Amino acid sequence: MLIRHTAALAALLLLGTAPLAQAADKPTDPQIAHIAYTAGVIDVEAAKQALKKSKNKEVLAFAKDMVRDHEAVNVQALDLVKKLKVTPEDNATSKALTKAATEERAKLAKLKGAAFDKAYVDNEVAYHKQVDVALETLLIPSANNAELKSLLETGLKIFQGHEQHAEHVASMLK
Amino acid sequence: MVPKRHLWIALALTVIAAPVKAETIQVTIDKLVFSPATVEAKVGDTIEWVNKDMFAHTATVKGGWEVMIPPKKSASLTLKAAGAVDYFCRFHPNMKGHIAVAP
Repeated sequence: MLIRHTAALAALLLLGTAPLAQAADKPTDPQIAHIAYTAGVIDVEAAKQALKKSKNKEVLAFAKDMVRDHEAVNVQALDLVKKLKVTPEDNATSKALTKAATEERAKLAKLKGAAFDKAYVDNEVAYHKQVDVALETLLIPSANNAELKSLLETGLKIFQGHEQHAEHVASMLK
Repeated sequence: MVPKRHLWIALALTVIAAPVKAETIQVTIDKLVFSPATVEAKVGDTIEWVNKDMFAHTATVKGGWEVMIPPKKSASLTLKAAGAVDYFCRFHPNMKGHIAVAP
């Protein structure tokens, strides 16, 4: 289950590991804005699936937190791109993220009860961890605009916080 | 109206008469950071968290109290017990703070 996600995020991470060698592939601000927004939308959609399927109180509370926070980040992101007159630009990384997430949701759709809860929360840990790395090693260092960079830095703290929160929920499911 | 209320408060204070006046200590939350992260207070003081983020946060002591701090709002807690406590945000456990409460 996690492998699929890992593979899709590899696109992000590969660029991150060799930023100088692949300078030509450095994402532009409009692409970064699109990737960051997409990463948030994916987590909101995953959470909405959990809200429909789960009956576990901890999982439901966590999913609600994800919807609330990522929607708040994305409202800020939309306000910022409007202010900067930047049009977010779809790109290979955003497409890979969306494709992997769609596949993940289809897999989770087949699970029920405790099996669903565990798969959802485990995936949330893995997903946030990988977005953290992508933000840290690729998106933040590549961002040109200071305000975009600052919003990404806040986004990183949100994602890191959610990762720890997800780990806590995962430990309670065991 | 106001002077009358002041008088009443002054009266109440003399009756309750704490040796040191209780203070309100502000802790700002901005971009998922409690600032100052460490606060020194005494029993009876109030901590007021001012949340500048668009995100809801909490100030939570494991096995102890919890204060909900809605986005762009403030929330307070009056310290009742002496001792040092570490607190964190339950939604973003990477946010951490510390309060040393003197008797």
